[in-house]
Amino acid sequence: MSRKIKAAIIGPGNIGTDLLIKAMRSAVIEPVWMVGVDKASPGLSRAVELGLKTTSDGVDGLLPHMRADDIQLCFDATSAYVHAENFRKVAAEGAVMIDLTPAAIGPYCVPPVNLDEAMSAGAVNVNMVTCGGQATIPLVAAISQIQAVDYAEIIATVSSKSAGPGTRKNIDEFTRTTANAIEKVGGAAKGKAIIVINPSEPPLIMRDTIHCLTRESPDQQAITASVHRMIAEVQKYVPGYTLKNGPVFEGNRVSLYLEVEGLGDFLPKYAGNLDIMTAAALRTAEIYAEKMLDGSFVPGSAIVAQ
Amino acid sequence: MMGIENMNVKGFKVALHDMSLRDGMHAMRHQITLEQMKAVARGLDEAGIPLIEVTHGDGLGGASVNYGFPLHTDEAYLKAVTGVVKNARVSALLLPGIGTVDDLKMAVDCGIGTIRVATHCTEADVAEQHIGMGSSMGLDTVGFLMMAHMIEPEELVEQARLMESYGANCIYCTDSAGYMLPDDVAARIGLLRKELKAETEIGFHGHHNLGLGVWNSMVAVEHGASRIDGSAAGLGAGAGNTPLEVFVAVAERMGIEHGVDLYKITDVAEDIIVPMMERPIRVDRDALTLGYSGVYSSFLLFAKRAEEKYGVSSRDILAELGRRRTVGGQEDMIEDLALDMARAKR
Repeated sequence: MSRKIKAAIIGPGNIGTDLLIKAMRSAVIEPVWMVGVDKASPGLSRAVELGLKTTSDGVDGLLPHMRADDIQLCFDATSAYVHAENFRKVAAEGAVMIDLTPAAIGPYCVPPVNLDEAMSAGAVNVNMVTCGGQATIPLVAAISQIQAVDYAEIIATVSSKSAGPGTRKNIDEFTRTTANAIEKVGGAAKGKAIIVINPSEPPLIMRDTIHCLTRESPDQQAITASVHRMIAEVQKYVPGYTLKNGPVFEGNRVSLYLEVEGLGDFLPKYAGNLDIMTAAALRTAEIYAEKMLDGSFVPGSAIVAQ
Repeated sequence: MMGIENMNVKGFKVALHDMSLRDGMHAMRHQITLEQMKAVARGLDEAGIPLIEVTHGDGLGGASVNYGFPLHTDEAYLKAVTGVVKNARVSALLLPGIGTVDDLKMAVDCGIGTIRVATHCTEADVAEQHIGMGSSMGLDTVGFLMMAHMIEPEELVEQARLMESYGANCIYCTDSAGYMLPDDVAARIGLLRKELKAETEIGFHGHHNLGLGVWNSMVAVEHGASRIDGSAAGLGAGAGNTPLEVFVAVAERMGIEHGVDLYKITDVAEDIIVPMMERPIRVDRDALTLGYSGVYSSFLLFAKRAEEKYGVSSRDILAELGRRRTVGGQEDMIEDLALDMARAKR
């Protein structure tokens, strides 16, 4: 495929930069703009070095160029506070928004679970939930696709160095949003999320534990097969997504123990929690791009329906 | 180390905070009944204990597969206890990452007067929201720095200052693993007392894994702690908390002003708590390993269960968790590690 969908990344921080490096390898996405608010930001300088157009005037600096540069996809890696305004502006220029902030204006999206559904509903803004959500919800879904899950609980353990100030300032948002998405996307009747931050040196690789309580006695064979199928799906965009132990079956409890190592593009490998966010965002964007390229998804028409 | 004959704590005032209905929940697999809670709380109240903590062992919202489902909700427990105490203030524990400010609001509606917000000793900044809310609601708001043996006193002060800046009026040095030696306590409490605001209270929470609960608490008082955590009969995680009745007897002899009736607290321990216990709270080899290796005390029963299920030594599991520098809340590591160890044995 020679033609690529052109994209802008809003937010030149660690996440935005990692996303940029990943996007530059994409067969269907071409990152064109990096948008920041601080002229002196190292992220903008890095983007310039990588050949991108940049602005330090925020989204307003991007808007006049969107049509001319044919920007059809935007990634928002800023904060929940400004996301709504960013979305309103880029949507008016006809772009689809992939939201990496906790704002969650659009539907939650965990690519191997519900992206198709979001796209067929014409969503022009999808939210990437949380790092813990991206790491665990695929497997909650893998189990709930086999049989009813009354309760699903996840424990995400991340290294201290990979927990940014946004997460720290509003850690309740992590637990609430993740729990909510475990229900809405993962398919559990009730969801619960726990996050533990560990300061060990060298930093520990992100660990995730998933406990599901199935309504009826678990079908061990079917669940095991479904879990392995889903892990293979996630590994397509996060190769370091690894089942360390499980499924463990005890009564109606099904437990899985995972490690998530990142690619180490811009973020360090141990920060699998951040990597899985950028990887899932890019994966989502690529699927949008493929459908835009083959004409099966036309964002302009969906905006009218908004 | 200073000998007890040199310790001058005569006339020092200390407020005792009972943990048997919160830390004790770990030892009871969170299965304490409402009747037991009420009986213990009534007894503690009548003995003159000024502060009683009531929550799931892992704090508000701790009900989970990972930490154990309790017999009743935090709400039911809190309402039961606030309904029977006459003088004592009831507190709740909250670990950001497990519980949320919604849980805090619920606990306030149940009548708590103290909120204790706990983080790992290096991660105080995750508590900004919760401490801020507790303080703005007019609660006695405590910042609770867990596993405080893992960092140097200077680093602990830095984290304590953060919690103080968010609105905490009391800061705890928490020896979650029961690992600290008396000198470790002296250094940390002493520096906190020196560096924090004069009006900020300092507290110490000990575990008895090396048999030092009472002595470490005395050293804490000597160096400026005015709140001491303990449990009647020591009911708590690991080898339990500082046994309150023992602390009271020693404090009495040393002239500390504690306001508790020794015989009454002894009776609570002997007549109510000990008969409740599912197993004796003592320094068995696993609890000793917690203290020796610096491991979070509530891992104890999880490690014992893993030994039973996977045939690997609970002592080996705990020692390895110490080597890996696990922190509070990482109970999920135990089954994961036991599976690895069982596989390696085959």
